[in-house]
Formats: sequence, C-alpha cells, structure tokens
Amino acid sequence: MDIDAKLGLDVFKLDSEPHIEIDREVCRTTCVKKVCLTVCPADLYDLDDHGDMTVNWEGCLECGTCLLCCEPRALSWRYPRGEYGVQYRMS
Amino acid sequence: MEKVDVIVVGGGLAGLATAYGLARDGVEVMVLERGDYSGAKNVTGGRLYTSLVRDLYPELWEEAPFERTVTRELISMVTEERMATFEIAAAEFGGEHPQSSTVVRARIDRYLADKVAEAGGMVIPKMKVDGLLTEGGAGATGAGDGGAARVIGIRAGDDEIGAGVVVLAEGVLGLLATEAGLRERPAPADTAVGYKEVIELPAGVIEDRWHLAPGEGAAQLFLGSVTDGIMGGGFLYTNADSIALGVVLGMEQLRSREDELESWQLLDRFKAHPAVAPLVAGGETVEYSAHAVAEGGIARVPRLFGDGYLLAGDAAGLSLNALITVRGMDFAIASGYHAAAAIAEALAAGETSAAGLASYERRLRESFVLRDLQTAAGVPALLENRRLFTHYPEAVTELMRDLFTVGPGPARKLSSTGLRGLRRRFMAPATVKDLLSFRRI
Repeated sequence: MDIDAKLGLDVFKLDSEPHIEIDREVCRTTCVKKVCLTVCPADLYDLDDHGDMTVNWEGCLECGTCLLCCEPRALSWRYPRGEYGVQYRMS
Repeated sequence: MEKVDVIVVGGGLAGLATAYGLARDGVEVMVLERGDYSGAKNVTGGRLYTSLVRDLYPELWEEAPFERTVTRELISMVTEERMATFEIAAAEFGGEHPQSSTVVRARIDRYLADKVAEAGGMVIPKMKVDGLLTEGGAGATGAGDGGAARVIGIRAGDDEIGAGVVVLAEGVLGLLATEAGLRERPAPADTAVGYKEVIELPAGVIEDRWHLAPGEGAAQLFLGSVTDGIMGGGFLYTNADSIALGVVLGMEQLRSREDELESWQLLDRFKAHPAVAPLVAGGETVEYSAHAVAEGGIARVPRLFGDGYLLAGDAAGLSLNALITVRGMDFAIASGYHAAAAIAEALAAGETSAAGLASYERRLRESFVLRDLQTAAGVPALLENRRLFTHYPEAVTELMRDLFTVGPGPARKLSSTGLRGLRRRFMAPATVKDLLSFRRI
C-alpha cells in the first residue's frame, strides 16, 4: 500500500495557510544530510527541480518527527490552526 | 481580559484528568483543545495500564469505552525468515480488575471530555493556544530566558485569557513551554517516532487468531528485523473490531542512518513478514497515524512547575519504554490527578506561585509516576544497545530453529544442540557484558 493511499484514509481539514515553513537558505547552505527526506512517516518532504526542499504540509500527521530531527533548525513548525489539520477517528 | 481560575492547554488524557479533578471540586476550569474533539490529534499504540489509575477517579472507569481487556501478552523475536514468540496468558491480567485494556484515543478521550463537562468543567474544542502570557522574567514577553517569568494566561488568535494557573498538557513536543523557555525541546536521542495502521477485522476473527474469549485482547511486541537494526520494535494491539499494527523507531538512530531507508516503508515490510501477514490477512486498513514519543526517562523530565503553571503528561516527559511494558497514558492520567489536587490546594491558599504549586512534584514523587520512572532510570541507556534489536532476535530464533530442525546430517542430542547454540551465540564477552547491564531493567 503506497503512502499516498494510506494518507488518503485519514480525515484532513485543510487550512489555507501552511503550518510548516522551510528556511530554504538555511536548508540549502547548512544541511548536508536532509534527513527530513527519509524520517517523515508521511513522506511529505521532497526536493524540487532547483534542489530546494519542499514540504507537502497538507498531508501532515502532526507527529513532530521532522521538527525534532532537523538539526539546522530550518523549520518553522506550528500546529495547524484550531480545527484544521488531521482529525483521527480510530487512533 | 477575561480570567478563569485554571486553563488547561490540551484536551488529552493529562489535561482531561486535571480538569475532571478540578471541576469535581468546584474549581472553575477551561480546557482548550485544538482538535475537532478530544482524541482527534492523539495517537497511542495503544494500551492503557488501568491497574494503577483505577483508584484515581474510580467512578470514571466502570463505563469507559475500553476496547478489550488484555489477557494475553506476546513478545516475538523476528528475523527476515523467522519469528519466535513467547506468550503468556494469565488469569491475573483479566478478571474484575484487569491490568490493562486497549484503547482508541478518539473514543476514550471523548468520553472523558464528556465527563469533565458533566462535572462542570468547560471543554472547548477547535481552539488552539498560540502562546503563553507571562509577566516578569527576561524581556517584555518573558520569552527566551523566562525562568523567572510568571505565566498569567494564554493567547489564542486575538483572544487573551488570564488564569490563576495554566496547565501545559500540550503533548510531547511541548511547543508552548519550549517557546516560553520553560523547558527544552526534546532531543532526538530522547525521543522515538511511532506510526501505525488501524486495520479492521471482525471481532470473531480477532478472537480466533489470538485465542481470545469475547472482550479479551492481546498485546504483541516484536523485536528484531522489524526495525532494521534501529532501536525500537513493532507492536500489535487488538481493539474491539480492529487491530493497531505499528512500528516505533528511535529518533536519533533513525536520523543518523546512512542509507536511503524511508521510515514509513518499515511498516509495509513488517506487514509482509511471512509470520505477520497471516495475522492481518483479510483486514482493511482504515486509518494511518503517527506521533513522536518521549523515551528519555526520568533524566529528561523537565522542571514540572513554576509560577502560575505546571506541566503534565507527555509535555512533562512522563512516559516509559521498558522494552516489554510501554507506558505513558497511565502516567498522564495520574499526573493530571495530582495536578488537580495541587492546584486546588494552591488556589484555596491563594498562592499560585511556584512555592504554592510545589506539592505537585512531591505528590508525583510519592506516586507510582516518578517512582516507577526512577526505578527505570537506567533503561533508556540500555535500549541504545543495538544488539537487543539485531543479535539477540537472530540468536534466539536460530537456537529455536535448530532445536526444532530434523535434517539430513548426523542427528545430535537435543541437549547438545541447545548447549552448542547457547555457547556459540550467548557466551561472548559482549553478551556477558549485556547480561550484567540487563539487571538495570
């Protein structure tokens, strides 16, 4: 089962603004390892055509893994606004 | 500015247990929960050890929506090809006062939120707290080095609400407390990430597969190739008509891997294991969830209280992975219970400074919460030993395989196969050293 299909099972209430923002300058210049590409249980991080990190925050499970793992602290990471984001029913 | 006696940030188990105790005692309390309902943002494995929280708020548990009473405990050693399982079914685990039950957070938290409301507390969902209001300390807002700051309320969007005491039951990430300088952000070495699928199966199928009477449940932990050498393991809990199947991975070991392994792939591999696939066969995955979890033990429990605030549950680092017992929700409930008692006392005395709230920590030290965390003080360091997740599952399953093998070579006596296997796999300097360190559990 691919990860998109798994995320497709969850209820997400989409906010109009992202709750995770990447400081691309910090990410590009100080981070070698880019662990966010592999640690995220929802596989939301990707490099774009320019080699810049992007995050598909709409599918965020709000687990905090990327925040805790990002050593250069390139992430501005908040919870989504009240009533937005993932809404678990059976976890 | 509107003002209430107590604001609880976070309507999970710690926050609701705090609010229930206060509301029951007639204290004005407001719980702010950012999800659509309590439990909407929470993830558990999930089993709640009820044995020690039963006596706290005894009236709450009789009708609580537990999934199944855990009467069977299984621990499995896993390699790519093999799985050796030790299983214990004990009448003592069940009965009238069972030791533990599986839970679904969206059900149990919502139930407790209703109980808080019935007791006269306010539970406000869909309300995210954006910051703490402080006075004194360093700087105008008290942010940064806020050690000396007093917490006087919260900010939610454009609203500010004052409070005599703010209870930070905001979960493991502790974003608000960290921002206000009340604690450090948890380090990768002190955390893990757990993620799981909830897989629906008919109740009868669950009972057949794990040999359970109706209402009884199983909890199965898996050590070995499940985590591909990373500290952690797999878990399986039986709910009423679903199972929770997941993986927990030590954050530091996960992030320091040099290959391209993506964390989420391990669960699919686990599901496809020849000994696991039949357990989930025919089931339909209905939800996927993930959450960080604190595993630093007592050494990483932050300062628990200060002027006008205290920390409870995961926000206070109150969780314990002792390899075969994994706890957190019982600590959350108990910390909320003791928080309520300490706050009620502080309010009655008109003293909500750190000195007035200090009985919170004393209560936790006298309770099983800090006592059990203290007993397990050596466990987090022990779990960093990778042989637990590589060598031992390999060795145990190999020995078991050899004992059960009928092969073409010259037959050996059972005792000789056993002793040879033990000598070869368990009598090395490293394993003897491990044996000594295991006494710390």
